[in-house]
Amino acid sequence: MTATVEPEVGRSRRRKEDARLITGRTRWTDNLTLPGLLHMAILRSPLAHARITSIDTSAAKDMPGVLAVVTGADLADEQGSLPCAWPITADMKSPGAPSMAVDQVNFAGEAVALVVARSAYEAADALEGIDVDYDELPVVLDMAAAVADGADLVHEDLGTNSSATWIFDSGEAGTGGDVEQAISSAEVLIERTFRQQRLIPAFMEPRSVMVDPTGEQLTMWSSTQVPHILRVMLAMTLSVPEHKIRVIAPDVGGGFGGKLQVTPEEVLTFLAARRIGKPVKWTESRSESLLAGHHGRDQIQKLTLSAKRDGTVTGLKVELLADMGAYLRLVTPGVPILGAFMFNAIYKFPAYRFVCTNVFTNKVPTDAYRGAGRPEATFAIERLMDELAAELGVDPMEVREKNWIKHEEFPFTTVAGLTYDSGNYEAATDKAKELFGYDALRAEQKERREKGDPVQLGIGISTFTEMCGLAPSRVLGSLSYAAGGWEHAAIRMLPTGKVEVVTGSSPHGQGHETAWSQIVADQLGVPFEDIEVLHGDTQSSHKGMDTYGSRSLTVGAMAVVQATDKVKAKAAKIAAHMLEASEDDVEFASGSFRVKGAGTEASGAKSVSIQDVALAVFAAHDLPDGVEPNLDSEATFDPENFSFPHGTHLCATEVDTETGRVTIRSYVCVDDIGKVINPLIVEGQVHGGLAQGIAQALFEEAVHDESGTLTTGTLADYLVPSAVDLPSFVTDRTESPSTTNVLGVKGVGEAGTIASTPAVVNAVVDAVRHLGVSDVQMPCTPMRVWQAIRTGRPDAGGLGAEAGGGLGSIDSSGGAR
Amino acid sequence: MIPAAFDYVAPSTLDGAVRALADAGEDAKVLAGGQSLLPVLRMRLAAPTTLIDLNRVAELRGIREDGDAIVIGAMTTHYDVLHDPLVAEHAALLAETTGTVADPQIRHRGTFGGSLAHADPAGDLPAVALALDAELVIAGSGGRRTVPAAEFFVDLFTTALEPGEILCEVRIPKHTGWHAHYEKFNRVAQAWSIVAVAATVRVDGGSITEARVALTNMGSTPVRAAGVEQALVGQPATAEAINAAAEHAAEGTSPPADGNADAEYRRHLARVLTGRAVSAAVGA
Repeated sequence: MTATVEPEVGRSRRRKEDARLITGRTRWTDNLTLPGLLHMAILRSPLAHARITSIDTSAAKDMPGVLAVVTGADLADEQGSLPCAWPITADMKSPGAPSMAVDQVNFAGEAVALVVARSAYEAADALEGIDVDYDELPVVLDMAAAVADGADLVHEDLGTNSSATWIFDSGEAGTGGDVEQAISSAEVLIERTFRQQRLIPAFMEPRSVMVDPTGEQLTMWSSTQVPHILRVMLAMTLSVPEHKIRVIAPDVGGGFGGKLQVTPEEVLTFLAARRIGKPVKWTESRSESLLAGHHGRDQIQKLTLSAKRDGTVTGLKVELLADMGAYLRLVTPGVPILGAFMFNAIYKFPAYRFVCTNVFTNKVPTDAYRGAGRPEATFAIERLMDELAAELGVDPMEVREKNWIKHEEFPFTTVAGLTYDSGNYEAATDKAKELFGYDALRAEQKERREKGDPVQLGIGISTFTEMCGLAPSRVLGSLSYAAGGWEHAAIRMLPTGKVEVVTGSSPHGQGHETAWSQIVADQLGVPFEDIEVLHGDTQSSHKGMDTYGSRSLTVGAMAVVQATDKVKAKAAKIAAHMLEASEDDVEFASGSFRVKGAGTEASGAKSVSIQDVALAVFAAHDLPDGVEPNLDSEATFDPENFSFPHGTHLCATEVDTETGRVTIRSYVCVDDIGKVINPLIVEGQVHGGLAQGIAQALFEEAVHDESGTLTTGTLADYLVPSAVDLPSFVTDRTESPSTTNVLGVKGVGEAGTIASTPAVVNAVVDAVRHLGVSDVQMPCTPMRVWQAIRTGRPDAGGLGAEAGGGLGSIDSSGGAR
Repeated sequence: MIPAAFDYVAPSTLDGAVRALADAGEDAKVLAGGQSLLPVLRMRLAAPTTLIDLNRVAELRGIREDGDAIVIGAMTTHYDVLHDPLVAEHAALLAETTGTVADPQIRHRGTFGGSLAHADPAGDLPAVALALDAELVIAGSGGRRTVPAAEFFVDLFTTALEPGEILCEVRIPKHTGWHAHYEKFNRVAQAWSIVAVAATVRVDGGSITEARVALTNMGSTPVRAAGVEQALVGQPATAEAINAAAEHAAEGTSPPADGNADAEYRRHLARVLTGRAVSAAVGA
């Protein structure tokens, strides 16, 4: 064992999981099969709001291969109500949430019947044999109208479309002043209303569930981010003893929060398999995924910022309407509340008030989507800071610099009551401006304006922070969240010196297997290749809180580190015995125990490697008295605080004023995510995050027509950008280690998404502000930008009645001839 | 998603395909590259009883010269069109436009004839066929007939093809030495055109002597911008003259309105993009 091993942490290793993921030599849920496997298909409501008056399944039951046709009425007594783990207020209104509608449908796409057949083809065919009669009800789609007096109701029995109103007020909380006072004495007032459009997570692997009811434990394979939460919730929802359920998340192809859910389809597959007594699988199509998987964002943000003439901010008032859709899913009501602590962002607001009203509509429920509440908040504040700068006639970086927390002021307790542990906004900004060529671009912008170039240049800034590493359990408790935020890990030392790392985090594209191996390799001094990471099966990794909210590294990897500490402590006793030394005299370095001061192996000093200890423990022939023959250890880590990554993102857009087209010319981001385990994985996370954030700014929107039908129901209509639609990103980092975990890490999974959206929109507005534009609603489509330039209206567009071309315009009478 | 059940026939000759289509009756569909038909089948927006797969009909593939025209087999893939020297020499507009169709995977599967027969008003190639005065050769049980592009595109997804007929080849008059450009405007690279302009012009001594301009997605079929063509002829190949002519681009069109563009915006785009297309073609 050499003494000078290159540390694994910090190496840009290629991910060990990629060979199998990229070549397809793996098993996704839909690839799995079982003897006698049956296939399920789901009939979904074409109407957004209607009473079910009758369902005739007789024809479908007679179709070839069909074993069962099941309606909501058949399941009413056993399906329970899908769980909502986040009752944000004591008086929150939450309707019963059936996995399959029983007598009323509340969104288009809600399940109304299912078929189980011998093949997926026969199941799909049989859906056409089911005849459902509906009585249509008035459709509630617009949030503002939904909370007005006399509005039609989504859930008649609740008596209102308002689910809950959640308030944070810095004056009342004692974390700051009274915002109304700040507003009434303001020298400058910026009032804006922004719309966060509805988005669809659009993960790569559609959802898939397979359930085997034939064993002692009922086993569910699901393409989920949250196998552990799913197991607990299935037990609680369906009153099945928890120890009779095993959940497996095999390799999962992306989630972005869209698979942080206990889905109706998981429950239905479970119930169907249990009913028939044979294994059943359901896999959704892409259009089914867009229609029925939960959506994200969807807020109307009314914002009031008060400031002094010199640019110092004095108060911020946030009034939100947040669209829940028709039901409250796992964390639906809490998503906008996660943003409550982030509107003040990196700025020293002395007074702050946040009021959010959660609203029911006849749409598919919203829930977590990459960033969950924080992108919405970041967008609002970063757009407002640009608006303040415009009002004051100064460079938008200047108002930020004037108001942000200086690096020497950390740790800093904000007006929202969070304590930011570390950061250096100046350093990240300086680096970003240099990489971007900020001053040269400003000069070019000026020149283009002066000569009236048809292509105008805009510069957008986003100096963001986020709270991630969800989450300290005590904080979650104070927010009425139903679970903790800890994470579990275990280390198994195998007799041959190899290591199994068991993690409760549940990767679905993040690269845990590589990162955890790098960390454990350094901690235990074993080769990277000798480590296997086990995850996603409640039988092997029995305990966990899963993966979301940029929590895996800051919480999950900390549990891994603590478990390795316990392994080393156990091994030290045995190694001392083997070295015939006192434990106090033994030290551990680079994978070996030695007697302190005895010199190196080269000089003849004895050492015992951790692998030697593992073998000695396996034999257990000669262990110290009272020592158990076991090095295996587990740990559960509960963070003390969130972590607060930050960064400065700069975007230059070219806006073609003749067509309204926006082209991103350059994008620079300098992120500070603390210490980095694997720079290559970080780079990948940032790139993907940027793509998704830019997509919100420019491309993506889930659109419903006036009847509540999703009109962006294919990827031909819901425009997910590809590499050719995006610029080449320039990324860099600064490093302010987190002080709240020993790894010094902060998390990076959501940073790019959270930061980039306002950077892009700020750049679009900046390009054409001199033409009278102060806002463009997202996504900033060419038509919206063009109309904004012509009329100043930010929200042009919407639906036309006539069909244009493309796949989305083909109806049942059309198609190729 | 899973298509409804259908019978599948894969003849190896055009005659066999015509017979198979006649035998299969009214609810049959012809399968070319499948890039539009398969999604429609999988979404169960169409449920033909029989698919007649033309992929084994070798005589429908390939590009040849025939006097003052080039003849492109209907089953020639976009990839083959894009890389064909005859197309490059005599129909620059087609080569240029084909390069903008979807992505490489689709260009290897999708066919020239298939995209014309599909007649999607947002598809790129119908406007090219129209601009180049292509003639479409159609085979049926009664023999062959030829339809000019101007009469081929009848309505949204509707062509002059009668039940039982198969588009077999496309004759494109040689436009040797013509300048060409396809100006495509879409929101992401793989999306359909919101509006696009196919322009090809002949320039002699710095003046435009002939011009052909057709518009994509400005109506239920591709439309010729006749007013622009007339205004261009005899004008110098300068940006100023071209832009003045382009002002006529939206005349007589009735563009659709959808989430991406209302009719007014489409008319505006047609004018702007026509100017750009012609300017790019002549290098003005």
